Amino acid sequence: MAHHFDIIIRSIFLENLPLAFFLGMCTFLAISKQVKTAVGLGSAVLFLQVITVPLNNLLLNHVLEPGAFAWAGFPNVDLRFLGLLTYIAIIAATVQVLEMVLDRYIPVLYNTLGIFLPLLTVNCAILGASLFMVERDYTFTESTAYGFGAGAGFFLAVVALAGIRERLEYANPPAGLRGLGLTFITAGLMAMAFMGLAGF
Amino acid sequence: MAETKTELIARSIFRRNPIALLVLGICSALAVTGQMATAFVMSICVILVTGFSSLIISIVRFQIPNSVRIGIQITVIATLVIMVDQFLKAFYYDLSKQLSIFVGLIITNCIIMGRAEGYAMSNPPIPSFLDGIGNGLGYGFILMTVAFIRELLGFGSIFGMEVMKLTTNGGWYVQNGMLVLPASAFFIIALIIWILRTLDPEQQETD
Repeated sequence: MAHHFDIIIRSIFLENLPLAFFLGMCTFLAISKQVKTAVGLGSAVLFLQVITVPLNNLLLNHVLEPGAFAWAGFPNVDLRFLGLLTYIAIIAATVQVLEMVLDRYIPVLYNTLGIFLPLLTVNCAILGASLFMVERDYTFTESTAYGFGAGAGFFLAVVALAGIRERLEYANPPAGLRGLGLTFITAGLMAMAFMGLAGF
Repeated sequence: MAETKTELIARSIFRRNPIALLVLGICSALAVTGQMATAFVMSICVILVTGFSSLIISIVRFQIPNSVRIGIQITVIATLVIMVDQFLKAFYYDLSKQLSIFVGLIITNCIIMGRAEGYAMSNPPIPSFLDGIGNGLGYGFILMTVAFIRELLGFGSIFGMEVMKLTTNGGWYVQNGMLVLPASAFFIIALIIWILRTLDPEQQETD
């Protein structure tokens, strides 16, 4: 248990996906104008991570690994080159389901997230978490913990950034820097602060 | 189409740059820009994948049922990326090692998906192809600019060739430590956005 707890803490603070690995930036920067929408986006990401990372872990171990089809008489089949396609297919399917559920039950959130909900499919944070899971050889329970931690880390970062940006509304920056430019600088400073947590 | 073909490409590089205006495809822009060589390969890969995915998706756009469009777009993109990935592994193994997971992450580069969803789904193949190439070039333009600044000031070199001799090698140039850190890419892109928006006030955000 302590080991799993360690994975969660590590993936939230030390290996925060947006701020330490710069994954999932597009959505991170675009949907952080208001804390309310940021919370919605953060929960969507958290939900997706918790589902997709363990699911991809199961697929990796039972379908793609060399020898996974030994029971069917094909001990030499190695499907790992299909990895990318499989992970992304799982993620895309989950996003589509999430989209339908939100459209049906929480239309307000569905409308605010707009084009960024389908774009969650191509959120590097989500595919990135699955790729890290593969790279680090996590077991099923470990990948569940990692999925949760990675999602929670994204949630924390995007809500924090939204909080700062709400305050920045009252600032008076040069016209060309307003909005996106200033957000980049804020995110850069936050990234440097998080590097401090990793011990730089 | 009111726009000519050259306009279709050119507008994506400056006036509607995917990174600077639409905030798409930032992840890799930050991570691979430490050196110009990796940024260059990355740009080429992205230009190819964006162009061809837009072309293919535009060709089959009438056959795609709306409810599963994301899955189909992603499959097309992922197939192209696997091809690029396998090609790099076969012929440029060292580079492929350096780029590691970021070639795989081209799939999740929002520029490609964004163009597929926002342009290729509603336009004929040839303009979609040009739009894809143009957006890829716009991405490459920012990537190369950031990589140029970071490599020149951070390591004193361009494309791995020494331009300013570092103090660690007995030269005169003191390495700028901040530009070696990935976080510096944030600041450089912010400055580029600032410059682009000062030149073209239409892009400024008013709220």
